[in-house]
Amino acid sequence: MNELLDLSLVDWSRAQFALTAMYHWLFVPLTLGITFILAIMETIYVKTGNPEWKKITKFWMKVFGINFAIGVATGIILEFEFGTNWSTYSWFVGDIFGAPLAIEGIMAFFMESTFIAVMFFGWEKVSKRFHLVSTWLTALGANLSALWILVANGWMQFPVGMQFNPDTARNEMVNFWDVFLSPVATSKFLHTIFSGFELASIFVIGISAWYILKKREVIFARKSILVSAVFGLISSVFVIGFGHFSTQQVAYHQPMKLAAMEGLYQGKNGPGLIAMGVLSTKQSDPEYKQLKNFLFRVEIPRGLSLLAYFNTTQFMPGIKDLLNGNSEHNILSAPEKIVRGKEAIQLLKDYKMALDNGNADEATQLRAKFMSDDFQKNYFKYFGYGYLKSPTDLIPSIPMVFYSFRIMVMLGTYFVFFFLFAFLWVTRGTLDKKKWFLRLAIITMPLAYIASMSGWTLAEVGRQPWVIQDLLPTVAAVSHINASAVQVTFWLFAFVFTLLLIAEVKIMAKQIKIGPKDGGH
Amino acid sequence: MKILKKIAHFYYEGFRQMTWGKSLWVIILIKLFVMFFVLKLFFFPDLLKQNFKTDKERGDYVIENLTNIK
Repeated sequence: MNELLDLSLVDWSRAQFALTAMYHWLFVPLTLGITFILAIMETIYVKTGNPEWKKITKFWMKVFGINFAIGVATGIILEFEFGTNWSTYSWFVGDIFGAPLAIEGIMAFFMESTFIAVMFFGWEKVSKRFHLVSTWLTALGANLSALWILVANGWMQFPVGMQFNPDTARNEMVNFWDVFLSPVATSKFLHTIFSGFELASIFVIGISAWYILKKREVIFARKSILVSAVFGLISSVFVIGFGHFSTQQVAYHQPMKLAAMEGLYQGKNGPGLIAMGVLSTKQSDPEYKQLKNFLFRVEIPRGLSLLAYFNTTQFMPGIKDLLNGNSEHNILSAPEKIVRGKEAIQLLKDYKMALDNGNADEATQLRAKFMSDDFQKNYFKYFGYGYLKSPTDLIPSIPMVFYSFRIMVMLGTYFVFFFLFAFLWVTRGTLDKKKWFLRLAIITMPLAYIASMSGWTLAEVGRQPWVIQDLLPTVAAVSHINASAVQVTFWLFAFVFTLLLIAEVKIMAKQIKIGPKDGGH
Repeated sequence: MKILKKIAHFYYEGFRQMTWGKSLWVIILIKLFVMFFVLKLFFFPDLLKQNFKTDKERGDYVIENLTNIK
């Protein structure tokens, strides 16, 4: 199958999915965070009765409304793509995604359609308290929607709580809680939503800074900055904390991703953390084309060991250990995993053939062997490796993973200081005089999106070649369709999504220019 | 019944009194139309649903794909 598969089909299918996911993700993080910001603002309004806070809440609610309207349902296209371009994958994941995505659909529909309506239409029609509760529930609903999607994504990075059924070729959920409470899913969810809170805080501060620079709506802007700076500062602490938790999960479950993140070729005890570095463009290692040396690097001694394992002397496997194996540290070589994966595929094939030929006894024996604990633990666990041509297929794009990790971390660190100084200066009343900082706040808005996208690039490119870690590589997950059809939809989406983005920016810019008025919706 | 009427009136009044929100609804409706009546129908058929009648056939096809490697 793999020989016959047009590689450009895999590449175009991946490119199309990445394009759709990235455009979708332009709208989501702002929704996640700004709903909480306006819920906090409305709480202050209800507590103080100050109409200025109502005006502030209504303005940011309008911004949320525009972002929500343009971004709504963009994610559904990803589901279309599963059915068309990734049909083997969507069948193989079986009922693992069914439960979380159904809950997401029901919750999102009921919570969002009910409480968003009260939030927008109910200002003078329901009590202040009920309106406030609706705003908080909208915020919770938006974030709970993200929870289920991220549980599904977490399962792909670390598949647990399921059993593969060789009769149906589907993974069946055997323990919902293992899937739901998987540490990978938990860390992914928390890191992602708090980064959305950060992005929304930066967005609000950036727009408010623009008002101050224009000497318009200054009181409104200062109050908005105060709320967002506090919310952003608290969120950024959680982003760092859960980022650390997330890195630990990568260390335990996706060691190749961690090795690529650090450009670590040879495993060592107590590895340092590369704070800054530039990869060489020379093909210095003829054995593994993707492996590159550093032009320069600034390393924090034992930093990675401490970050990933809470221990300064822990052994961390490098790319070469993961490919060649390391018996001292009980790491199986990639060629051995490939052999075991092929055996798992062959047994599935033999079982299917026995069934087709009506050899019931043989089929029963083969099925029993396939489902035995020993085979599941030592062979089926490596099922996906059986599709790989060469061990080097296991190496993700090191430059993409290495740089996206550093961009994310550097910007994340910068955001902490950004929020801290915004808070300090707005509380001291000196922010208006710091024109450079106000300009910097505007520039920081796109940086927040870059950090967010870098995080996803790291998570998704870093797990290549896997669609489902160790079980299904991208090359085996794709549908056998015409590559040119995928190309057409790629360009179609690039066009449609860009139009939508332009529409959003235009509508948003117009409403920001009009400014906060105690008007309608 | 009275409550249902009240809720319906709430939504009706809300939509009727919209100002800038109306253009957003136009965008949402165009988008949903493009997604479900153009993209889904012409560009994104559910291959397994469309090409096979039963789950057994779908499973067999996927196993065939998964095991037919050289």
